[in-house]
Amino acid sequence: MDLNWSETQAAMRRELRHWLERNLAEWRAEIGVELSGDTREGFAQQLLWERRLYEAGWSAVAWPEAYGGRDGTLWDWLIFEEEYWRSGAPQRVTQNGIQILAPSIFEHGTEDQKDLLLPRIAAAEDLWCQGWSEPNAGSDLAGVSSRARRVSGGWVLDGQKTWTTRGAFCTHLFGLFRSDPESERHRGLTYLLVPLDLDGIVVRGFGRLDGDEGFAEVFFAEAFLPDDAVGTSVVLGEVDRGWSVAVSAASTERGLLRSPGRYQATVAGLLDLWAERGGAAAMRRRIAAAWMLVDAYRLQTLQTVTTLLDGGDIGSEASLAKVWWSELDIELHEIALDLLGADAELEGPWSKGHQFSLAGPIYAGTNEVQRNIVAERVLGLPR
Amino acid sequence: MRFGLDEDREALRSTARDLLAELCPPAAVRASWTQEPDPAAWRALADAGALAVLVPESEGGLGLDETYLVGVVEEAGRAALPHPLTATALVAAPLGIVDTTATTDLGASGAIVPAATYAEAFLLRSDDGLRLYEADELEIEPVETVDASRRCARVSPLAPGELVTDDAAAVVAAFERGVLGTAAELLGLSHRMLELTVDYAAQRHQFGKPIGSFQAVKHHLANARIQIEFAGPAVLYAAYAMAHGLADSGRAVSQSKWLAGNAAAVTGRAALQCHGAIGYTTEHDLHLYLKRSWALARSWGGADFHADRVAASIGL
Repeated sequence: MDLNWSETQAAMRRELRHWLERNLAEWRAEIGVELSGDTREGFAQQLLWERRLYEAGWSAVAWPEAYGGRDGTLWDWLIFEEEYWRSGAPQRVTQNGIQILAPSIFEHGTEDQKDLLLPRIAAAEDLWCQGWSEPNAGSDLAGVSSRARRVSGGWVLDGQKTWTTRGAFCTHLFGLFRSDPESERHRGLTYLLVPLDLDGIVVRGFGRLDGDEGFAEVFFAEAFLPDDAVGTSVVLGEVDRGWSVAVSAASTERGLLRSPGRYQATVAGLLDLWAERGGAAAMRRRIAAAWMLVDAYRLQTLQTVTTLLDGGDIGSEASLAKVWWSELDIELHEIALDLLGADAELEGPWSKGHQFSLAGPIYAGTNEVQRNIVAERVLGLPR
Repeated sequence: MRFGLDEDREALRSTARDLLAELCPPAAVRASWTQEPDPAAWRALADAGALAVLVPESEGGLGLDETYLVGVVEEAGRAALPHPLTATALVAAPLGIVDTTATTDLGASGAIVPAATYAEAFLLRSDDGLRLYEADELEIEPVETVDASRRCARVSPLAPGELVTDDAAAVVAAFERGVLGTAAELLGLSHRMLELTVDYAAQRHQFGKPIGSFQAVKHHLANARIQIEFAGPAVLYAAYAMAHGLADSGRAVSQSKWLAGNAAAVTGRAALQCHGAIGYTTEHDLHLYLKRSWALARSWGGADFHADRVAASIGL
């Protein structure tokens, strides 16, 4: 038990804090009015920001330098996240590539795939969206019915993906396709890497709850995917064995996508809002309670990272965290709206954040599914 | 940076756990509802050094800090040990009160003292700080409480006792140690109630299936598990902050009590609901742990009290 950061870690934090302050100011001067990254114009602004991050080596701190990272540890990643969200920097439009696809490439990819794909992800050159959900396969991901038919030199794709975050602005899609037509459920699926500019692919963006074009549906109609369409093999892992590749990504998404840093930043915003607006004793306690829940998440994350660095596995226990942060995020934003009172209906960061927080218990496996996982795999209750 | 118990700390905890599993089973907790608790578990803890973890080695203790003791106290909670481990090992021992069974009212508003029918040393608030009394220096009037194994009484001094400290900061520190111990006990109780319920839900059949296969039951127990998951690190951090004299230790202690109290409340409700009618009896063991958790959740400051302390410390 030692809760001190090393001098190197403290130095990295200072360096990053300065860098963020200076670069955010420069980037904001360059773009004018900052727009939501879930709109076409805002996405373009944020790509400029992502390239700044990459050039300074901050886009994927925990990756090896050879792939565009900083050779950092998970502790460095946590420090990065704390400072990143504290600075008020925008959400990461590259997060699906960095946080969901890349861990699967590290675990299941060939050397060629790592060498070619990872640096392009870190540099925000390839922009990846995820192709998990379909109209009839949401929480029940094994219900995927989009097909990949093997032909000479490639695959022919048919079907439809949907709820694809920022799909209308991305260049590539990773996802599961049914490659064995005789198969059912989680067998016979292949994890494919698909450029979205192929003939036979149509992407249609549509409004999320907050009205931004943050969602897309992707239609595949006899789309030919050459074997080397991404400059290397388009199959991640083995043919017909995509499920295990996707599951490893899903546990990464649930477990580590959400660092405590963003909730620490949100609760700091609540303290500012309280200082401006004040409220009754019950509201003061509610904010204190939310602060405690955020801090408990920070402490539990320190414990989780310690476990991982000791060679342990968090596995199904990632579901505990997913329920915690997603429900906490809603509470934080509801407190903000209550502090704002009638002003809460005005469009602004809190009302937007509130609508975004409501997605938390739905995406990355609904919280109902997560609770089943906790009950069955953590507690060992009968299926 | 490293957050977690190392081997030495885990070893001390598991010693306590094994010992309590053997010497403080549910039958022993149940027996202490109607008679003084069997001293076997308490003596074994003393022999293992668990009562003197915070006592310097030069004075016969283990000379360790709160991060060692907190796991032991959590195990006492898991066993619903009737004896006053928090008062003796965490509150009294650092004040030099050793080799005794100590109790205290620092957490109570009306001088209701647990373990009062058999404790040897009573640490009570006074106008000038904290004073220590022996049993024959007090009027001890037993009271009926919901958890009768706590052996509570109202006590009032008949003599001046001995001044232990008149330092206001030391009084606050003693209080905060009691809060930390109570949080650890609540965490242990939560673990126990959840384990009892998971076992029961796997074994109890209705509609031709184990009730633990029903999603409604699963979600109750998942909610309990989630609350416990996030209270645990907060309790450990509070012990660490106290051991290292960190500036935020008072806040950390209040946070740990608030979270552990919440975990115990959520778990207790889920446990009772998922046991159904059998849990709503004094014949089943669940009530031994449930009633202890109710008493401790509101001892040493309840949820609002600690939320207010946290609020003040973060500038609200």
